[in-house]
Amino acid sequence: MKLFGVLFGRTKTKSSQVAKERLKLVLVHDRIKVSPELLDTLKGELIGAISKHIDIDQAGLEVTITRGDKVDKLVANIPIRRSR
Amino acid sequence: MANVITITSGKGGVGKTTATANLGTALAQRGCKVAVVDADIGLRNLDVVMGLENRIVYDLVDVVEGQCRLRQALIKDKRLPELYLLPAAQTRDKNAVDPKDMIKLCDQLREDFDFVLIDSPAGIEQGYKNAVAPADQVIVITTPEVSAVRDADRIIGLLESAEKRSPRLVINRLKPSMVKRGDMMDTADVLEILAIELLGIVPEDDSIVASTNRGEPVALNGKTRAGMAFQNIARRLLGDEVPFPEFNNASGLLGRLWGFVRSRPIDFKARN
Repeated sequence: MKLFGVLFGRTKTKSSQVAKERLKLVLVHDRIKVSPELLDTLKGELIGAISKHIDIDQAGLEVTITRGDKVDKLVANIPIRRSR
Repeated sequence: MANVITITSGKGGVGKTTATANLGTALAQRGCKVAVVDADIGLRNLDVVMGLENRIVYDLVDVVEGQCRLRQALIKDKRLPELYLLPAAQTRDKNAVDPKDMIKLCDQLREDFDFVLIDSPAGIEQGYKNAVAPADQVIVITTPEVSAVRDADRIIGLLESAEKRSPRLVINRLKPSMVKRGDMMDTADVLEILAIELLGIVPEDDSIVASTNRGEPVALNGKTRAGMAFQNIARRLLGDEVPFPEFNNASGLLGRLWGFVRSRPIDFKARN
């Protein structure tokens, strides 16, 4: 089945789509001067600030930059531990 | 009072010089008085693309340094009486001129011309800054490739921080057959990424190389696909509403015929 797909070019994503996705990713970092190191620092400080008040899942915390239409966003995904 | 328009791209080799020569030609054909300025000091090329390389006596740096008057350095085009070239110096470097010099020079040109088109060098350093400083409008040119689009994005960011009026985009060397089979980003893809106003789409056309070989801008011959595209851009610069052709469907013979049929009313309007 897989061979069939390869032969007929179905399983391969179009290279134009690959180009677009790669560009979107690289431009997020080009546009905002935020290095991975800075993101790590932010992550550490967020954990510090929030866990004083809320019990959060520190290992599950994610800080990323995403592209919107008009603005780019710094998104922090902070899972809260359920207290039972 | 002239409109000063700088053509820039970030990346080299995407068609800045070709676009400058052709837009200058197309605007002059429509009766505008046009000066095209080669701001690529040290690597001049606009003169050869326009076939005027044998007529250079003085250049841009000579004018800035007061070695000659502006009028002495301007070269009149062979074919179009309203078209002039101000060539770059070939034996100097970008630091021979600064943004203030360019603003002063263009203010002088504004008095005598309807359009001043500046061909920017590649890059984001001194030469680019010189080229953009006097601009009322900026045209960013790119090809539908990752490297060119990335550099275009960088330029757009720099123009925003320089508080220039929002630039407009020309997508050059689009290959409809490659777009059709999904191997080249299409206009919508590039616009989604760069998010600026579209000014024109120029399809890949072998006649560009052939016409550059002869030093005759392709826009002189309105029958080629690229020549027509540059004519359309010139009309948009003059404020005409010109629809964007769907190159995506125009790769087969039928598609091309359809594109031809659809383009007829536009041509008709242009002649009246």
